[in-house]
Amino acid sequence: MQKIIELKHITKSFDGGEPVLKDVSLDVYDNEFLTLLGPSGCGKTTILRIIGGFEQPDEGDVLFLGERINDIPAHKRNVNTVFQRYALFPHLNVFENIAFPLREKHVPKDEIEQKVHELLEMVALKGFEHRSVTRLSGGQQQRVAIARALISRPRVLLLDEPLGALDLKLRKDMQQELKNIQKQTGITFIFVTHDQEEALSMSDTIVVMSEGKIHQIGSPTDIYNEPSNAFVADFIGESNILDGTMVRDRVVNFSGHTFDCVDEGFGENTPVDVVVRPEDVDIVPVEKGMLRGVVTSVTFMGVHYEIIVDIGGFKWMIQTTDFVAEGETIGLFIEPDAIHVMPRSEYSGMFGDYSSFSNELDELSVVESEDDE
Amino acid sequence: MKKVIVPPQRVQPHERVAPVPYMVWAVLFTVVPLLFIAYYALTDNQFHFTFDNITRFFTATSTMEAADGTQKVIHTYLLIFWRSFKLALISTAVCLLMGYPIAYIIARASPKAQSTMITLIMIPMWMNFLIRTYAWMTILQDTGILNGILSALHLGTVKIIGTEGAVVVGMVYDFLPYMILPIYSVMAKMDTRLLEAARDLGCNSLGVLRRVIFPLSLPGVFSGITMVLVPSISTFYISQKLGNGKFYLIGDAIEGQYVANNLHFAAAIAFILMVALLLSMAVFQRLANRRSYGGA
Repeated sequence: MQKIIELKHITKSFDGGEPVLKDVSLDVYDNEFLTLLGPSGCGKTTILRIIGGFEQPDEGDVLFLGERINDIPAHKRNVNTVFQRYALFPHLNVFENIAFPLREKHVPKDEIEQKVHELLEMVALKGFEHRSVTRLSGGQQQRVAIARALISRPRVLLLDEPLGALDLKLRKDMQQELKNIQKQTGITFIFVTHDQEEALSMSDTIVVMSEGKIHQIGSPTDIYNEPSNAFVADFIGESNILDGTMVRDRVVNFSGHTFDCVDEGFGENTPVDVVVRPEDVDIVPVEKGMLRGVVTSVTFMGVHYEIIVDIGGFKWMIQTTDFVAEGETIGLFIEPDAIHVMPRSEYSGMFGDYSSFSNELDELSVVESEDDE
Repeated sequence: MKKVIVPPQRVQPHERVAPVPYMVWAVLFTVVPLLFIAYYALTDNQFHFTFDNITRFFTATSTMEAADGTQKVIHTYLLIFWRSFKLALISTAVCLLMGYPIAYIIARASPKAQSTMITLIMIPMWMNFLIRTYAWMTILQDTGILNGILSALHLGTVKIIGTEGAVVVGMVYDFLPYMILPIYSVMAKMDTRLLEAARDLGCNSLGVLRRVIFPLSLPGVFSGITMVLVPSISTFYISQKLGNGKFYLIGDAIEGQYVANNLHFAAAIAFILMVALLLSMAVFQRLANRRSYGGA
């Protein structure tokens, strides 16, 4: 596969403050759907702006098809952006917004007409040509912004939290549509979001970031199943993260029990972080369990129950379709391949305990991180 | 989520009373004077209804020496009106050509530099405009500062004072801030992401200015034009001092008739000027609305 964009050792800070990007290197391949995922302020939007040509890196190089483009201004890059909250031109109607880049290139009139109509069809906005963009709904504005960014057939499309302002239902539809457009056009998409579900469902490659650093680059299944550290494990999906000791290859000890696992190469008696996903724990009668604990809360989630289990003072989250009652003592069984071992990191011990867990808090923190940079 | 119960909105007594002082003010100092002007304009000295003052404006003639030395009969007030209109248009155009780039530069500057520049533009407005006009007299006089500098540099002297050019200079100086400020405030509020989007879609700096900044700044341009054109049509005194009294303007005519105690005719001129301005503003607003965005 061809590398279309390469970032090499990019460092960036604003007004001499704390760097927002610290020695970031990233390869983007042709025709892929790549997502930059991280909490707000992690530097993902800055990466997008550097690729788009709106920011200059302090150090490091930006390569486009192998050529350094640090000094190429935004309007000469074969890259277009779908901006957060769309940035449509309020003085132009739908047709003229989409035709904007072609008018700049003095494309003949009938060709503009034809291309705009093709794009309008692609984003399902036929018949909206002469509408004022200020009188469109959020979802429709979103479609205009996508059509406008695609009409000059860029090699790379940058999308800065494009679905952030849409409601849940519309968001799901647009995710699917964006994915289809990407496949249809074969244009490389670089998508920025703080929503891990969105990242998992849409991407070919996910780049997990925090505090100006890249933690892990991989496919959605890699990132979910084999997170590289406690931060990634916590940020992507739900996870129980435990202090453990790697006894030897394929044997790990945590929560006072020694388990068989599939990881190796950590050495003997090495302190590690252990991840167990809530859906990978089986509930069994106490006498058959590897671990035992007391159920402290049960929440019905529709498809499954989400239960919190106190095991020796550490609260686990377990997702199960079997009903158990609060206060019940249960046994837990974990398959060897459900255990994922990670090296200790600066994030060890910060995440993965559900003792202060509540759905309400979770929702609050999502709302807070809505506004990125 | 807890439901927040919003009590039904009721207009409190103090809310109903609040606009009263403003309404009293507006009636006393805007509506009543306008009615007085109309009343004076349409009556004679005995306060009998008449159109004489109005017809006098359109028919009064006087003789004037033309450039070739022959005597010419002219419609006095129509000529004055036309001259005022012409000078006001020129001043407005000059203000726009100067003010637009200045507003653009200020809006692009850092926040600190912006407030400094805006203050610098406002400072002259804190001085009395008579003093400003006198200052321009000393600069532009035949033996004034400008000619002093020019002759010191052996560039000869120029004759400015007493020309229409001097009157335009005075008006532009007085009214330029009224052009800059509305354009600046529209530009400063402009969403920078729109400018980035334009660059992203292939515009160089000139393209961004032409295709995004300019069309979006039109509301500011229109209100700047209004704010300069209206006072410069009715200005007086500048023309007397900087035009050596040769370019009698409509404002001077009103002042002259007033001083001569021809209140009814002064009111008639003011009334006609007001109607003319209202009509032209109405036409202009229609044009402005059509050009501004929002409509399809």
